[in-house]
Amino acid sequence: MSKLYTGAEIVFKCLEDQEVEYIFGYPGGAVLPIYDELKNHSSIKHILVRHEQGAGHAAEGYARSSGKPGVVLVTSGPGATNVVTALTDAYMDSIPLVCISGQVPTHLIGTDAFQECDTTGITRPCTKHNWLVKDIKELPKVMHEAFKVATTGRPGPVLIDIPKDIQFSKTNYTKFKKEKKLNGKIHNKFSENEINQLIDLISKAKKPVVYTGGGVINSGPQASETLKEFVRLIGFPITSTLQGLGAFPGDDNQFIGMLGMHGTYEANNAMHDCDLLINIGARFDDRITGKIDEFSPKSKKVHIDIDPSSINKIIKVDLAIVGDVNEVIKSAIKKINKKQNGLKDSNKQRISKWWEQIQKWRTKDSLGFINSDKEIKPQHAVKRLYELTKNQDTFITTEVGQHQMWAAQHYKFNKPNRWMTSGGLGTMGYGLPAAVGVQIAHPDKLVIDIAGEASVLMTIQEMSTAVQYNLPIKIFILNNQYMGMVRQWQELLHEKNYSESYSEALPDFVKLAEAYGCKGIKADNPNELDDKIKEMIDYDGPVIFDCHVDPNENCFPMIPSGKPHNQMILGPSDKEQNKITGKGKSLV
Amino acid sequence: MSSPKSAYSIPTKKGKLDTHIFVVWVDNESGVLARVVGLFSGRGYNIESLAVAEVDATKNISRITIVTTGTPQVIDQIKLQLKKLVPVHKVADFKREDKNVIFKEMALLKIVAQKKKIEKCLKECKKFNPVILDKTNKSVVVQITALRREIDKMSKKLKPLGLTSTSRTGAIAMTRGAQTFK
Repeated sequence: MSKLYTGAEIVFKCLEDQEVEYIFGYPGGAVLPIYDELKNHSSIKHILVRHEQGAGHAAEGYARSSGKPGVVLVTSGPGATNVVTALTDAYMDSIPLVCISGQVPTHLIGTDAFQECDTTGITRPCTKHNWLVKDIKELPKVMHEAFKVATTGRPGPVLIDIPKDIQFSKTNYTKFKKEKKLNGKIHNKFSENEINQLIDLISKAKKPVVYTGGGVINSGPQASETLKEFVRLIGFPITSTLQGLGAFPGDDNQFIGMLGMHGTYEANNAMHDCDLLINIGARFDDRITGKIDEFSPKSKKVHIDIDPSSINKIIKVDLAIVGDVNEVIKSAIKKINKKQNGLKDSNKQRISKWWEQIQKWRTKDSLGFINSDKEIKPQHAVKRLYELTKNQDTFITTEVGQHQMWAAQHYKFNKPNRWMTSGGLGTMGYGLPAAVGVQIAHPDKLVIDIAGEASVLMTIQEMSTAVQYNLPIKIFILNNQYMGMVRQWQELLHEKNYSESYSEALPDFVKLAEAYGCKGIKADNPNELDDKIKEMIDYDGPVIFDCHVDPNENCFPMIPSGKPHNQMILGPSDKEQNKITGKGKSLV
Repeated sequence: MSSPKSAYSIPTKKGKLDTHIFVVWVDNESGVLARVVGLFSGRGYNIESLAVAEVDATKNISRITIVTTGTPQVIDQIKLQLKKLVPVHKVADFKREDKNVIFKEMALLKIVAQKKKIEKCLKECKKFNPVILDKTNKSVVVQITALRREIDKMSKKLKPLGLTSTSRTGAIAMTRGAQTFK
């Protein structure tokens, strides 16, 4: 007879078979048997967070920067409800997470027992799938299935709820064999015909644009290489969503910047005026499309995505290719190289006028801002941070708000998996714990959370985690004392009624840093900014950098709500020669 | 609204609504109905009726029949979203007007009235395969199978004749001919 293992042992056996190295978690009554088993499994390291939401975001940062699924372990009731925000965040941004939650013993389920909640009920709409394991014999199967669901197709979070009695009860375990066969929920069956149609469209386009998203990142680092080859081959301009930054080098001439609500003038105008739009792994999010009826009105649209339900969800497309981004572009490259010799040159001629137009748009310098020698401008701070860190392999996380957009606009990413931000859900408090997770995955790399003072306070307790594990994360706070993006919307839409968007009684971040046992640096003068940033980078340990910036700065350019791409508001430096934006301005 | 004060766009177009019947084959496990129904409520889809029961006891397969309305785009989304659910095996969808598909609903009608009125009721039911399940001097319980709108009409008609209680199922569907849905 084979050996019997307890549920807790099986959890770890499965984690070992899935080659999990780190778990982010927080103990509690209903997961104690699993925590008790931790000591017997030296290959798995547990990272103790200070709040379950932090565990979730840390696991997201870990997953996004490493390409491996993030694993979270929490207790029942409040442990599970606290992780809901992170699960929803991961669901929106397609991040693979496996969350294991404890549950009250099966005989107490439904009795309103201590720390009981309907975890699978609560997390059903914010996970790809979840399981309540009521029979110990199911546990090994469920654990492995969970990893499969989380990591295949369009990735996302899953949750396994394990009652305490199941953690104690015993069953046998047969070693898991990774299957190569794809299951029915994964779609990678695009046809040759579709690729031919794509190439036909490419060879006819005069004003094309490639629009890429997080799907390229999720397809793996190879996909970014393939994308580079593809875009250089066809010579098209390329823009990216917030989540897709880094898939294509940000300093490349073919890259025309991020698109969408705070995207560049050239990217948004290219989207509006193009005659061929190739969407690769993006989902026509409403921050991208602006007004749907006037979205890219003259273009043929191609959508390459692994999730069939993303196709035609918001924007009707002319050609849909359902498949893994890397596989689809690879076969397109192959076809171009094989059949269409000379496409490369003919393409360049055909679209040369289009490039001229894009250059004209570029001269608007829509990311420009009026710098100051008295106050630190937030854009300037991000630019300096970029200049002083671009020589090393730097990982950036962000919170949510103005600072996030400035980071996306002014920090240039040349490699995938270096940029971790909460795009879909827009979770303030994401960046600090995410930085913890990133630093765990890349202990020797420079990890910076570009933060806002309001966001960072939502999960500031995770500094304690960073200190405990000697994680030298740098929290670079653009402190404008406002919930900046809220203030900006109030300024533009609500007659400058700054209702509750000013933070009074902010903490002294330097003292706060010291209280946590890390280093605090404060900067409020542009002249000392560079030296202080260098001081931060050189410090071997976690740092909170309190960068006091102009509190009234707004994030431009901007597409006002319900407006198409060609009606942007540009920044103050453009005001004098404001022609195209006049229409947009009257509307906000 | 001329100047929407919102961070979101305002819907401008409304498409034509079609009624569709979805047939969904799922693993008969706990929570599966909640997943399907939660998908509809969470994404703002409409459910007109719902019928669900296990159809294959050895494979543990349940068949869910959902009647819903939506624009072609929404109908398409419903189908694709349903297919993404892990316990869903296959999804079929039919237009209500589809001649190749049989749709049926069942209703149990309790009529409490004098003999004369009851007889009148039974006569009205004749077209809809009536089965008398229970009969007393003062009442009758009759089962009919028909389309939704036919049952609606019947209920209206029988009310003044003594219909006191109606219990009805959601629609179920089956394709005509030898072919089955794959």
